[in-house]
Amino acid sequence: MTGHPDIGIPADTAVPAPAPLLSVRGLGRRYGTRIGCTDVGFDLWPGEVMGIVGESGSGKSTLLNCLAGHLVPDAGEVIFDTRDRGPVDVLRLSEPERRMLGRTDWAFVHQNPRDGLRMGVSAGGNVGERLMAVGARHYGRIRETASDWLGRVEIAADRIDDRPRAFSGGMQQRLQIARNLVTGPRLVFMDEPTGGLDVSVQARLLDLLRGLVREMGLSALVVTHDLAVVRLLADRLMVMKDGRVVEAGLTDQVLDDPQHGYTQLLVSSVLQV
Amino acid sequence: MIELRDVSKTFTLHNQGGAVLRVMSGATLSVAPGECVALTGASGSGKSTLMRMIYGNYRAASGQILVDGVDVASAEPREVLALRRATLGYVSQFLRVVPRVPTREVVAEPCLATGLDRAAAFARAEELLARLNVPEPLWQLSPTTFSGGEQQRVNIARGFARTCPALLLDEPTASLDPVNRAVVLDLIDEAKASGAAIIGIFHDAEARARVADREVDVTAFAPARAA
Amino acid sequence: MRDLQDDDARSGAGYNFAYLDEQTKRMIRRALLKAVAIPGYQVPFASREMPMPYGWGTGGVQVTAACLTPDDTLKVIDQGADDTTNAVSIRRFFARMAGVATTERTTEATVIQTRHRVPETPLRDGQILVYQVPIPEPLRFLEPRETETRRMHALEEYGLMHVKLYEDIARHGHIATSYAYPVKVEGRYVMDPSPIPKFDNPKLETAALQLFGAGREQRIYAIPPHTRVVSLDFEDHPFEATKADAACALCGATDSYLDEVVTDDTGGRMFVCSDTDYCATRREASETGDSA
Repeated sequence: MTGHPDIGIPADTAVPAPAPLLSVRGLGRRYGTRIGCTDVGFDLWPGEVMGIVGESGSGKSTLLNCLAGHLVPDAGEVIFDTRDRGPVDVLRLSEPERRMLGRTDWAFVHQNPRDGLRMGVSAGGNVGERLMAVGARHYGRIRETASDWLGRVEIAADRIDDRPRAFSGGMQQRLQIARNLVTGPRLVFMDEPTGGLDVSVQARLLDLLRGLVREMGLSALVVTHDLAVVRLLADRLMVMKDGRVVEAGLTDQVLDDPQHGYTQLLVSSVLQV
Repeated sequence: MIELRDVSKTFTLHNQGGAVLRVMSGATLSVAPGECVALTGASGSGKSTLMRMIYGNYRAASGQILVDGVDVASAEPREVLALRRATLGYVSQFLRVVPRVPTREVVAEPCLATGLDRAAAFARAEELLARLNVPEPLWQLSPTTFSGGEQQRVNIARGFARTCPALLLDEPTASLDPVNRAVVLDLIDEAKASGAAIIGIFHDAEARARVADREVDVTAFAPARAA
Repeated sequence: MRDLQDDDARSGAGYNFAYLDEQTKRMIRRALLKAVAIPGYQVPFASREMPMPYGWGTGGVQVTAACLTPDDTLKVIDQGADDTTNAVSIRRFFARMAGVATTERTTEATVIQTRHRVPETPLRDGQILVYQVPIPEPLRFLEPRETETRRMHALEEYGLMHVKLYEDIARHGHIATSYAYPVKVEGRYVMDPSPIPKFDNPKLETAALQLFGAGREQRIYAIPPHTRVVSLDFEDHPFEATKADAACALCGATDSYLDEVVTDDTGGRMFVCSDTDYCATRREASETGDSA
């Protein structure tokens, strides 16, 4: 499920000018007079993982929801390089097109697995849903793919018919990831993917995510307040405060040599173990 | 391969009254392929700072840092990432890994990142771990629980897993026993022979004398103190 | 008392024809027209309080009331039978309130109100079959939000429907849904055919007009004559119209949907046609089964 034969480049063309997978310009969203986020711009390239950090209310979740189409921004554009039509402004797509993107090329991993899973449906059904949503109609093959994916997220094969209710928090989160990645998306939005998990479970999840990102060539946007998570998961980092991006750059550079006062405060506030 | 032109570095401490620390200026340095340059100078003179700037970990205040033609000081993050993936290796004193990931995978990761297949990357990892005398039973375990010396050797294995045309070594032989120290020096010699440009910090004078072609004293790059 | 009732039936006792006032019937007819124009689409309508409890066919009764003309002949069945409480009550209700002729013969009826069965005798052009519907939303099982299910219908996002069937197979080894089996109407809307046995699903493709009324949920939908109705399934688990593997003990029919009837308290049982008119008609034509 990881291959993308349809984005292959014809052999006779020269290497094309590389294009960002996601290109955001001047994005803003207000809640009345209050700023949710404003004037956010960045490029995300294929295979890159970008972390977005900031304290509660800094606008990072607003930004993520605007990008993923859960919230309608007031300003700006979000250009996504689609497989079949090339770069399009996602905000101008019709709702069916945007939702189709949400089932195919995009994935969204919620902080709370309950928001991203169907708790009354078996693990296999949860993973299979996206396949069925894009037209899979062969039970045996759907089940096979679901089973394969449960294995990839380290859920035992004999749990395929159990409902997520019977799973631990870490397992639920891994199931949510399997459910999201089964259609081989190219861009994953993650909202505090390790929030609410025990530290040991977090590590396992991070390792899993890193492996999947590398194997599938995924691009990802990870919103978190946990600097340790971004250091291990993200190539790049964007720091937000009061709805604005105050600093952006390589993750280790931003964390080890922060330029902005707020970032310096953020980094120096982390408790050392 | 690695070329620094008039590089300076300042730290602005916004949360301490906006104090500006000027720690380096006019750093100029050039390392050719196959050459190993040792940075010298007292503790705190800026050796590590310089290395970190070359790696893109610290942001240079001014000047150019060219690695294989890419100016790290002004490059986009993804250019630096590409450089690190394919060209520029860094062996630091600290091992920073995701807990729980087995040692073999930690070492193989840079190879996997360059697109090498799993079998080949793992074979290379095992070869290095064996050379550095990391006991085989440990390969399945996460290095987070290892002793300092073991962690250092895992770190070195990881740093040498792929052949980098440009290599930064921060105290690669510190806290190693004589046998493993010799292995590391051999690895450095092999990297040089394969044409790598190397910048290193070696407190161990003997090691430095063996692998370094020349020394650069970074105290020369200390900014003129305001009177 | 009995005389008084008969008087009422003749006079209508001050009620409008078929109980509902004309404005209400117009409102329902407008909804019906829209439903016919968009096969399988659930049209909201302002369901009225009816003189019977919800769950007893208030939706079907309102649709029937809006369709009836004085010349119609009405048949009412409940699980295939003309003589059960629900069927008798509704038939008498319209006999009194509309003064229309009633029948138990499928072939003689012009309007048939049904609870959970499609008659075995093929319906013909000009007949109207009115279904009583408890829960019109086929996606409700997995998606409780009405806003979301409406959007899913609008955008034709029906993957979830197959999740339900997937769950069936995962749990039972086959598609265990045996009634209210979801269908896709004319290649567009996924529809709940009301709790008819899935044996009846193939009969949804018919020459008659089929109307569905859900009183409590305030929805009306329709399948116009000769509309394509496909039962959802998987390639490797195709839809099957199943029934008990037996012949009717009364008429010997092997092609009709059978009810299992317990005959004594020592475990004796037999299978008989659920469609009482079909069974009776066959027996009159002197096709006799084992027990006859």
